[in-house]
Amino acid sequence: MEKTALLDLLRQKFPREVKEAFTDLGDEVIIIEQDSLLPVVKFLRGQPHQYGLLLDLTCVDYLGQEPRFEMVYHLYSLTQNKRLRIKTRLSKKELRIASLTELWKNANWLEREVYDLFGINFEGHPDLRRIFMYDGFEGYPLRKDYPLRKRQPRLRLRE
Amino acid sequence: MPTRIQSQARPDTLLLNMGPSHPAMHGTIRIMLELDGERILNSEVEVGYLHRGFEKTCEHRTYFNLLPYTDRLNYVSPLINNLGYVMTMEKLLGLEVPERAQFIRVIMSELSRISDHLTCLAAMAMECGAFTVFLYKMKAREFIWDVIEQTTGARMTTSYIRIGGVRADLHPNFDTVLKKAIEETRRVLKDVRGLLDKNKIFLNRTRDVATVSAEEAVAFGWTGPCLRSAGVYYDVRKAHPYLVYDRLNFEVPLGERGDNFDRYMVRMKEMEQSLRIVEQAAVRLPRTAGAVIADGIEPAEAIKDSRKKRVRRPIKLSPNLEGSEKNICSGILAEGTGYVVPPKEDTYTTIEGLIKHFKFFMRGQGIRPPRGEVYFSVEGGNGELGYYIVSDGSDQPYRLHLRAPCFHIVSALEFLIKGRYVADVIPTFGSMNMIGGELDR
Repeated sequence: MEKTALLDLLRQKFPREVKEAFTDLGDEVIIIEQDSLLPVVKFLRGQPHQYGLLLDLTCVDYLGQEPRFEMVYHLYSLTQNKRLRIKTRLSKKELRIASLTELWKNANWLEREVYDLFGINFEGHPDLRRIFMYDGFEGYPLRKDYPLRKRQPRLRLRE
Repeated sequence: MPTRIQSQARPDTLLLNMGPSHPAMHGTIRIMLELDGERILNSEVEVGYLHRGFEKTCEHRTYFNLLPYTDRLNYVSPLINNLGYVMTMEKLLGLEVPERAQFIRVIMSELSRISDHLTCLAAMAMECGAFTVFLYKMKAREFIWDVIEQTTGARMTTSYIRIGGVRADLHPNFDTVLKKAIEETRRVLKDVRGLLDKNKIFLNRTRDVATVSAEEAVAFGWTGPCLRSAGVYYDVRKAHPYLVYDRLNFEVPLGERGDNFDRYMVRMKEMEQSLRIVEQAAVRLPRTAGAVIADGIEPAEAIKDSRKKRVRRPIKLSPNLEGSEKNICSGILAEGTGYVVPPKEDTYTTIEGLIKHFKFFMRGQGIRPPRGEVYFSVEGGNGELGYYIVSDGSDQPYRLHLRAPCFHIVSALEFLIKGRYVADVIPTFGSMNMIGGELDR
């Protein structure tokens, strides 16, 4: 019972923002609206839940579905010893979502990684650049329409 | 295109590159420093020199085939990487693993943790000038790797822990080799503590250098020894016990100040705890179901016989497959679930076994987990090593994402070295245990 208390609370507190809340293979999962990420995350980060650790942040490309991209966040509460997965789909027109850099410092690199490999824009990110790939790389390699063995054009040597 | 630091630098400062090829950068990473004399005003860390597209590659391999790629993430403790991936899959498949295999997994992952910490601290100490410590620790790591080599057949690229269990059973001589490795490692740890704990040169370079508070460590997403050095009690083995960790006694050492010395100390103490775990697990390891067959018939002979009648006698397997004989399989693999490789004797000599074998390895067959997504993490050498797998019901992962602990830790480097001297970069970077393969994937 204790396990689903948080999900019930979230459903009540954010009736519009939280679309679904369920338990999947023992993990608590919520699906939220694209523009309500910051309020939901701020609520979870504060008292009494204290989801203070941003474990992971990534993206999944569901090519052929609409909306296509799904952001996946994993939060962890050190005091309650619980994980929470937050998922949100990004609409096709705007591949953008609020940045979490003001809340967590590691969001800086994690969001740069997602920007680099998927081409998602993060609003409010202080330094959104590629992180693994070089400047001048064409396309976003982890998207499903990027072929496994695609060649990249040669770059001119810098002066 | 100029980097951030180039465009923001003051005109009267010096820009200095450390890396990507620098003796103190283990692996390839570039640190650009903006210097005023010896003092670091700003810095920028550039990663990605070892990016091999791990996630993209895995999305084009079957669940069974992608296991060797996980060896190459944190190449100092490959067994923990295997374990993380395999246990994520087992959570998705709902697979139960035999108890003996669970104990073997615990022993192997703790040995890997020791070798991981030994390597990290050896490099860190060497860069501070303590070359003896480096050699001592490499010696201890050799003994650990002897055990790993004898069990898995490889020193680094092990691929030993498989979905449903482990690849092969332990060597008959395992206990003796393990005992020797533990003894030698204990001696080395004692010697190293004698050399470094009160060493003035080492203390000057590590004590109160690059301090991290508990709040900052959490804000940077740190896990593992680095987080615990800041005094935060979080260990996946205690918080979410997997395998048989809840049945073994061990402590989680914590630091106080969160400086380089604490990160060194936490790792040293953690190795002692890991040795404790290994000792307990080796004693409590359930006995194997069958003995290793010393004299069987040759596989060629068995295949010849099987054309006429079913072969009932035991078959001698090639040394590469030693320990995976049919009578042992049930003790170390979740047999009969369809998620593990069928025993080789059956494949050689019966038609049903051959069909099972083909179906397991055929594209589009094999391991096909149900649709869904799963996140699971184990305590790696650097911290929480998590895998996020999305399955679409086929035999390839739709999406596989690795939560690399070292990525979060290295992202704090710019913050840690700001305002310090160039010489402080070396022990700070060393204490983080950056592993290129895991960082860049």
